[in-house]
Amino acid sequence: MVRRFINRRELEEHHFHPAVLFAVPLGALFLHAYLPRIWAPLGILDLPLIVVLYFSVSWRSPIAGTLIGTAVGLLQDLPSNQYIGFNGMAKAAIGYAAASIGLKIDVENVITRAAMNFGFCLLQSALFFIIERFLLGDSTYALRWVHELLRAAINAALALPIFFLLDRTRMDE
Amino acid sequence: MESFFTRFKSELVLLAVLLAQVIGLALQVKRPQYGSREDGHHVRIARAWAAYTVTPIESVLKHSGGGIRGLWHNYIDLRHVRQHDKDLQYQIDQLRLHEAALAEDARQGQRLQRMLAFKQQYVGKTIAAQVVGTGGGDSSRIVTIDKGSADGLKPDMAVITPDGIVGKVRDVFAQSSQILLLNDPSSGAGVLLLTTRTRGILHGGPGGTLMITNLLPDDRIKAGESLITSGGDRVFPRGLPVGTVVSIKPDPEHQPYAIIAIKPASNLDRLEEVLIVTDVAEQLARTNTVADEADEAGKKAAEVVADRLPSLKDPNATPLKPGETAPVATLPKPPPALHTDRYSPGSIPAATSLQPGASNNELVTPPSRPNPTARPAEEQ
Repeated sequence: MVRRFINRRELEEHHFHPAVLFAVPLGALFLHAYLPRIWAPLGILDLPLIVVLYFSVSWRSPIAGTLIGTAVGLLQDLPSNQYIGFNGMAKAAIGYAAASIGLKIDVENVITRAAMNFGFCLLQSALFFIIERFLLGDSTYALRWVHELLRAAINAALALPIFFLLDRTRMDE
Repeated sequence: MESFFTRFKSELVLLAVLLAQVIGLALQVKRPQYGSREDGHHVRIARAWAAYTVTPIESVLKHSGGGIRGLWHNYIDLRHVRQHDKDLQYQIDQLRLHEAALAEDARQGQRLQRMLAFKQQYVGKTIAAQVVGTGGGDSSRIVTIDKGSADGLKPDMAVITPDGIVGKVRDVFAQSSQILLLNDPSSGAGVLLLTTRTRGILHGGPGGTLMITNLLPDDRIKAGESLITSGGDRVFPRGLPVGTVVSIKPDPEHQPYAIIAIKPASNLDRLEEVLIVTDVAEQLARTNTVADEADEAGKKAAEVVADRLPSLKDPNATPLKPGETAPVATLPKPPPALHTDRYSPGSIPAATSLQPGASNNELVTPPSRPNPTARPAEEQ
């Protein structure tokens, strides 16, 4: 039976097997906690952010982006030394924004994907700064901009092959 | 109204999610100091579930990773083995020449080891644990170890390596624990600069650095100076190596204090095995109780003296009532001198009765007292 789409948004929405939706974020969270144990500088990788961005732009639903960002962020906070909700709030906002952008631009393009990951990684750093400084009242928290730019560049580069791999898990292709 | 909720459904969901998490944050922020805090009940349960889920997988991965590495090194990566064999044979010959000298060094080492026994006793009992995971990311300086409350671990126990201190136990679960590393911003340790004997508080800085920010600039503090634990934080035993001073510069935001950057003695980024000091808290507690016991002993000294010197006891004294304290025992008076002289008690008039320039004739020699041991003349 041929599936019929009623608008552009539905045409560009992608669907995934429930096992993928369950395993990919958990795998990213696990690797995020495990990789720095093998080599400490790997802590700069933010695999949960990349996964949140991918599913948000694939679903093109701001509500779904918000919810997956919240879920992944809260799970990321659990094994860390952060307040629970620290990553949850930042990634909820990023999931919402990514899904909203996914409705307006072509997120299949490689350059767009790299720029989007770079920009949202910086946005996340800015959100961390806002949460630490203004919500948690930590006046000593400071952004190291060179480090944040480096982190954004590395994660943007890493996101491209991950997005490519996750594209193969789509059920509608 | 319905159209409003329909139109702004996404924004409302986002706001609701953010608001809920802001409230959750506010409930957690009530703790005064995050690094040494106890989590709230629900937060602790959530973290425990995460630990119970992740730690077994990390342990399995660690051990399977070791197996894969062993397979690679033992069976696959066998190139240049013959050349290595020749090199090793040559090294063995060289090592035999050093063996005799090393034997003497070993005997000296044994003697030094006996001297170090004092220090080992001071650290007390330790439990070895293996690092199996991290807290994730580069902003959270936490590692997970494979020992927990079932092994006797408790929060705030010191974690060390042979190189130096590492951090302290933060959350303890049944089979695993989380270690808050020294370089986490919420961590802290009391330290002592070896040369200047200055005490400071070490804590983590941005990017996993270590720094002391509560000291004034001091010309005597130089790069390369060693730091040891001061023991004042009641977590780390006194005298353990901490690290070395890397640099000292004025703190522009908190004048007139200085920022002293520290290089840790332990490699906090490459931790494999750690030791958890399990009984230093008891030792410190014992140290405190010694002072209390001394006070208690002092209070009872008068009663002990009274018991051991029956002559001081008043047979007619009434027994003490509950809540009444015993009277302080008085010292016994000295017996009278057999031959009085100018130094005998009472032989010198009071200073107020003397006049400047007056002769010493006023010093009256007291009448000699009868010798109790001498027999009276009439009796002889």
